[in-house]
Amino acid sequence: MSRPRVFLVDDHGLFRAGVRAELGDAVEVVGEADDVEPAVELISERQPDVVLLDVHLPGGGGQRVVEAVREAHPHVRFLALSVSDAPEDVITVIRAGARGYVTKTISGPELVDAVIRVAAGDAVFSPRLAGFVLDAFAAEPGLVGAPPSFDPELDQLTQREREVLRLIARGYAYKEVASELSISVKTVESHVSAVLRKLQLSSRHQLTRWASERRLL
Amino acid sequence: MLGGVAGGVARWMGMDPTLVRLGFVLAAIFSGFGIAVYIVMWLILPADGDTESIASRAVHDWRGIVLALSLVPLVVLTVALGTALGIGWVSGLAVPVGIGAGGAILLWRNVGSDERRLVAPLVRPLDRLGLTGRGSWRTLVVRALIGMVLVGGGAYLLSSNHATLRPLEGVGLVVAGAVVVFGPWWLRVARDLVDERQGRALAEERADMAARLHDSVLQTLALIQRRSDQPGQVVKLARAQERELRSWLFDGRAPGGAEDDDVMLSQAVHRIEREVEDLHEVAVEAVVVGDCGLDDELRSLVAAGREATVNAAKWSGAPVVSLFVEVEPDEVSMFVRDKGAGFDLENVGSDRRGVAQSILARVERHGGKAEVRTAPGEGTEVGLHMPRRKR
Repeated sequence: MSRPRVFLVDDHGLFRAGVRAELGDAVEVVGEADDVEPAVELISERQPDVVLLDVHLPGGGGQRVVEAVREAHPHVRFLALSVSDAPEDVITVIRAGARGYVTKTISGPELVDAVIRVAAGDAVFSPRLAGFVLDAFAAEPGLVGAPPSFDPELDQLTQREREVLRLIARGYAYKEVASELSISVKTVESHVSAVLRKLQLSSRHQLTRWASERRLL
Repeated sequence: MLGGVAGGVARWMGMDPTLVRLGFVLAAIFSGFGIAVYIVMWLILPADGDTESIASRAVHDWRGIVLALSLVPLVVLTVALGTALGIGWVSGLAVPVGIGAGGAILLWRNVGSDERRLVAPLVRPLDRLGLTGRGSWRTLVVRALIGMVLVGGGAYLLSSNHATLRPLEGVGLVVAGAVVVFGPWWLRVARDLVDERQGRALAEERADMAARLHDSVLQTLALIQRRSDQPGQVVKLARAQERELRSWLFDGRAPGGAEDDDVMLSQAVHRIEREVEDLHEVAVEAVVVGDCGLDDELRSLVAAGREATVNAAKWSGAPVVSLFVEVEPDEVSMFVRDKGAGFDLENVGSDRRGVAQSILARVERHGGKAEVRTAPGEGTEVGLHMPRRKR
């Protein structure tokens, strides 16, 4: 596969320059934008493989960029990159269609790895996002106060998916998860993608409530 | 004691401040002029280290002066009534109280912020009086006419000494007239004081915010600039600052607040994250799934987890230590992992084995389980498990 074409959206010029330097020659940076509107325009024009997207932008959340581009250019993929620990922000941008979330403290090689993974259509979960998902899907449906689930398959994680997420939260890379569970890396990737799909599509009432409650704590 | 006036006067006259204070108190009790004199002197005398007095600021405060002058008709009325009814102490007290209240309004509007705290209780009764709109010119004229008729009627009744008409009715008319004419003005005075106070509250909140940012962020930035030649220190400072801001913005915890008593497991885990990052120059990535209250068993689990984290920070050489905690219905698990040097479990220096054993023993003593997985070059992971106490 050739070098992925990457577009950066972040309102801090200094940060964009830092990311550019860290990505180095492993990817081709085709453009930058510092707000929602220029980002939508330039992404539509340049058609990058991966957009590295800040969750917080002056003109609205990062999810507005995803929503505006997704319909017309479904092949453009988004990876959220944020300092925000607020689950609400992270869950919102993922549910808008981003294929993963990493924190801004991620190291250069790890970021390159994540970009390549997203460009290939896989999902990227940082330990923190894995923790969020485990937390959000923790309450067993059927508990007191939990509304009935209309689609159990979407609203619950399988045992295997939980195991994979736990190891990611413990700091394991996909390769390490695979060898720990004696499965292939491809299988790990498909589990994570399945979890991402559930996270995006689940109508699970708890998910939003959980995110907003966490914010209030 | 209040505005520091007595102390100032005492120093100026070379007397004992206690004597001067006693004088003011006696004067206040016997004539009421003590209070008025005190407040006026507070206005006129500049504070220590301050070149201009409050009064020199107050003379430019037209609004304040108008507000203070609104008390004049009230004072005149009280004096007139007191004299007419032959109640000497009422008219005697009206003038000093009026001067005092006017002075208090000017003080309130013009004092510095630390003195304002002292003045607030003096002014509060005035601004409780209420809120009302102001009238148009026509209502003003009508009101003035009605008021004059009422006051005039009252004055006539009082002065005519008509035997059948009792003076009380005259007093009633005069008071009603005064209220009709001046009432809205007084209410506006009160409302202005309320507005004033709300504006002040807003300004104080902003000042508080600025102070917090100054104490934390700006200080850290200054430190970072001074230590720019020590990258380790800079990273440490930046991370500490980041955590503090985060906990303020996202969790609503005040920076620098007391947090010695962790009640919840997640608090204790994030404290490990903070403290280990501060002491050893590594990043600790803590992920907590679920939460529960701390009991003795969980405290020992947290203590063991902390030791494992410190070990990883000290010995592994890895830049990041992962700390994962999950609360399940019947068990709490904690995993501390680094991708650093690792070691041979069978063949380690006695100091490191000692540490590993103390971690394991601590957890097992409280009914938990622990395991260490490591090999040279493959990093280390310590897993700790503690059953949850049934409630």
